[in-house]
Amino acid sequence: MQYLVSVIDDTAGSANPEEMAAISAFNVRLKAEGHWVFAGGLAAPSSATVIDNRGEEARFTDGPFVESKEYLAGLWVMDAADLDEALRLAAEASKHCNRKIEVRPFL
Amino acid sequence: MSVADVREAITQAHREEWATVVASLTRRFGDLDIAEEAAAEAFATAVRRWPADGVPPSPGAWLTTTASRKAIDRIRRENKRDDKQKEARLLHDDPPEPLGAIGDERLRLIFTCCHPALAMEARVALTLRMVAGLTVPEIARAFLVRETTIGQRITRAKAKIKAARIPYRVPSAEDLPARVSGVLAVLFLVFNEGYLATGPGTDPVRHDLTAEAIRLTRLIRALMPQDGEVAGLLALMLLIEARRTARVSAIGELVTLAEQDRGTWDGALIAEGHRLVRERLAVAAAGAAPGRYQILAAINAVHTSARDVRDTDWSQVVALYDQLVRLDPSPIIALNRAVAVAEIDGPEVALAAVDRLEFKLVGYHAYHATRADLLRRLGRSHESRTAYDRAIELAGNTAETAYLTRRRDQLG
Repeated sequence: MQYLVSVIDDTAGSANPEEMAAISAFNVRLKAEGHWVFAGGLAAPSSATVIDNRGEEARFTDGPFVESKEYLAGLWVMDAADLDEALRLAAEASKHCNRKIEVRPFL
Repeated sequence: MSVADVREAITQAHREEWATVVASLTRRFGDLDIAEEAAAEAFATAVRRWPADGVPPSPGAWLTTTASRKAIDRIRRENKRDDKQKEARLLHDDPPEPLGAIGDERLRLIFTCCHPALAMEARVALTLRMVAGLTVPEIARAFLVRETTIGQRITRAKAKIKAARIPYRVPSAEDLPARVSGVLAVLFLVFNEGYLATGPGTDPVRHDLTAEAIRLTRLIRALMPQDGEVAGLLALMLLIEARRTARVSAIGELVTLAEQDRGTWDGALIAEGHRLVRERLAVAAAGAAPGRYQILAAINAVHTSARDVRDTDWSQVVALYDQLVRLDPSPIIALNRAVAVAEIDGPEVALAAVDRLEFKLVGYHAYHATRADLLRRLGRSHESRTAYDRAIELAGNTAETAYLTRRRDQLG
């Protein structure tokens, strides 16, 4: 079972060096224990572009699709047996990256 | 067997077997929704069949077998129009559970229904439906919420359990203490809603809810006899429930602990509660630190040990509150401690302690009610009246409002 583990941020800063180191060490462990599928940090929401090509021609809009105080700063995709395991991993992830985390199952 | 006997047998089977039937079907079919529906159908079949066929020798086994057949029927029906996915469940049929594991089976169900990833109100509704076997209309009535709302809460919770794969098992040892306390929080919420029912036009004490909470806590106690906080919560509920009839007067007014007719307290419940508290005290003496429910139960044991309010060992009560404050430094605990302090050090000292809580408790009726009483005892009638006014405005329980109003109107 795969879970999207999203990092929620409300400050406009990337991870500091200490946080980066903790995240890297955590990622090494995720790989060793077979939970790692993917992980990555994201640039600021202001760098986003929204595309809508459902009509006659593609339309591009500057900025994120939803403006909010809190935004997606990065993500993991993790393999876990069930939600309990995913929550345990996410609780650790929150500690290491020093941010709030949302866990959501893939269909 | 008379019609009344059969009806009683069905009621008893529902009380004793519902959770086991739902739990074992959930285990077998991996789906709470199927388990719930099949269990309900099995009981409906019993209502139709038992009056004519007689009560089966083992009602629990009959109900589980009947419910399993209903579940398989439903899965086959759905498979005719759905994919083959569900058929797999029938093929990978688990061997029947050994009898000794049935206790664990209900525990799994409880832990799943009280999972921390579900909203508190969903946990409450789900636990009352799946474990206690209350119907949706019964839960809706108990919480004064529309049936559709309760139905939606349960449906959404079941969908999340499925989609997010909330596991159907007793949590691992490292998660267990936190998860048990989550289960106890659900049960205590149900109990408190019964004990301090809110809303105009409701009975001030909803015995159906307090009784259900006690029944479920007894079940968990039977399943986890070593857990101190489970024992503590059961003792706490019993010692509060023992005073139920004394707590509301004939005209529907709250009767405070000091004014209650202690002769009407339920001696059997108090004895059982005291036994549990003594059991935990023995364990605590051996070095295990008691949790908050055990300390709250001990406080209630001190109160229920006094034949007259003047015999109350208030220094013991304050000492227990001191212990509780170290564990849970919440302003509500500090407020309750101040009430006990008033009996030893007088209302002036207590009022100073209460006033320090203003910032945190200004929206809480008991803060104003406590202040009002202390100000009254200090002869500061004008300030007392203002505090009573505020307490009455904020109180939701009809018996409490009636009591506060009378006390206010008696001020000189």
